[in-house]
Amino acid sequence: MKPFDYVRSHDAAGAAEAVAQGGSFIAGGTNLLDLMKLEVMTPDKLVDIGRLNMNEISATDDGGLRVGALVTNSDCAAHDTVRRDYGVLSRAILAGASGQLRNKATTGGNLCQRTRCYYFYDPVMPCNKREPGSGCHAMNGFNRIHAVLGTSEACIATYPGDMAVALATLDADVEILSAEGKTRSVPVRDFHRCPGDEPEKDNVLEPGDLITAVTLPPARKGSHFYRKVRDRSSYAFALVSVAAIINVEDEKIASAALAFGGLATKPWRDPEVEEVLIGERPSLELFEKAADILLADAKGQGSNDFKIPLARRTLTAVLAEGCGMEAPL
Amino acid sequence: MQTTSLHINGEEHTLKADSRTTLLDALRNHLGLTGSKKGCDHGQCGACTVMVNGRRINSCLTLACMHDGDEIVTIEGLGAPEELSSLQAAFVAHDAFQCGYCTPGQICSAMGMIEEAQTGWPSYVSETLDDLKELSDEEISERMSGNLCRCAAYPNIVRAIRQIAKETE
Ligand SMILES: Cc1cc2nc3c(=O)[nH]c(=O)nc-3n(C[C@H](O)[C@H](O)[C@H](O)COP(=O)(O)OP(=O)(O)OC[C@H]3O[C@@H](n4cnc5c(N)ncnc54)[C@H](O)[C@@H]3O)c2cc1C
Ligand code: SF4
Ligand code: FES
Ligand code: FES
Repeated sequence: MKPFDYVRSHDAAGAAEAVAQGGSFIAGGTNLLDLMKLEVMTPDKLVDIGRLNMNEISATDDGGLRVGALVTNSDCAAHDTVRRDYGVLSRAILAGASGQLRNKATTGGNLCQRTRCYYFYDPVMPCNKREPGSGCHAMNGFNRIHAVLGTSEACIATYPGDMAVALATLDADVEILSAEGKTRSVPVRDFHRCPGDEPEKDNVLEPGDLITAVTLPPARKGSHFYRKVRDRSSYAFALVSVAAIINVEDEKIASAALAFGGLATKPWRDPEVEEVLIGERPSLELFEKAADILLADAKGQGSNDFKIPLARRTLTAVLAEGCGMEAPL
Repeated sequence: MQTTSLHINGEEHTLKADSRTTLLDALRNHLGLTGSKKGCDHGQCGACTVMVNGRRINSCLTLACMHDGDEIVTIEGLGAPEELSSLQAAFVAHDAFQCGYCTPGQICSAMGMIEEAQTGWPSYVSETLDDLKELSDEEISERMSGNLCRCAAYPNIVRAIRQIAKETE
């Protein structure tokens, strides 16, 4: 690990100002320290925000919920209101990492977790995300875990997280405090970026921008699902995951919010997939049509081609379950 | 250099160490508490699991200086060879290890896990998100998935934990 200065921060504004000058926030440390040990990330200063007063979950005036950026993943998943009204969020968090990691990982840190691309993790290899302009060896190399949607010529790395996929279905917002002391709110759906020609930018945060909370609008009607397909049944990142909130009324799909993990360079939500379902009678043909729309632009790189049919099957299985139908084989 | 005060197993320690020192390295290399093990050093195996302020965490993925003033319990704080804690005794009784390298982490993790389950936390395999009613073997396996065992003593680890979870219900 490269040497760094360590400072414990006592106020949010001061932390934002300090990081605007250089260095990095550290919250749980479970992603940052992993990457610092490998010298994939080499901040010369760590501003520890772990004890800032941002660890509460509270009701909002409009009937929603505000989850502080330092609420641990465990506490968020176990919170009574989250379990009752935002089940997809509890389920997605519980599908990720391990009990120990969730006790340490925070809401803000989870959102900002970086890709698990093997080349990104190996400082000896070229990687446009780690070192802009150096090239991408995943493109013609080992890319079984890589993305099939939202990729660019520069980078095909998957956004690996689970929590943000659930937050996308919930229309959550990320509350951000800038180094200039201004607060803004960004929909989770617009928070992460596709790589384009700037793969080094995972999300819209500018230097010093501090996530202070995630806010959830009032609960949506419907049943909540989070289905994660992975190489082993626990403690592994998603190959494909589907978060869904589905409401069926009078035998028709009244509403559907769907988001996908493991599939794309960011948590993926495609309104057209939902539009084709809404107002229709559930049927396997309809679900296939939704999958056609989702995967119309999907592009495999060889080893990850299997994700395209896997996403189709996972989506149709979740829709079938959500509509109370027999799951297709 | 950072000066950090740590409460470990009921004792006060003042640590003076480079800011890069992880909690795991502080325990093992600076304070002589070698019960906590280093398997992967990257959060992937659970051998380094300790309790911090009542919660199980991976001590390899956190810096010692982040824990100034925190309460830490390691395997050494749970019991000693001549007075084993109930979990330790159950691991012996059920033959829940072979080489023993993962065992301190398994036991610390199980301590935290049993408490989480008794608080009612659901898990990924829970049918509903209501308060957990029964800690089945499937629940134990899922909740302990952050602890790998290269000797694959998993069936007996589950049996040992099941016994203690039942006794402390
Ligand atoms: C073995 C292993 C398995 C895992 N499996 C999964 C999995 O299956 N699914 C999954 O979703 N995740 C998984 N994870 C990732 C885990 O969820 C993340 O490491 C964790 O959520 C990061 O949170 P943290 O608080 O520890 O972040 P940190 O490591 O402290 O920070 C991560 C990044 O976020 C920035 N940051 C932190 N807080 C803020 C803030 N408030 N404002 C602005 N920036 C901030 C930091 O500067 C840093 O760049 C796994 C991790 C490990 C080690
Ligand atoms: S896919 Fe992205 S992160 Fe992976 S090597 Fe290519 S540029 Fe780097
Ligand atoms: S040594 Fe900490 S998880 Fe493996
Ligand atoms: S007993 Fe050998 S690794 Fe678990």
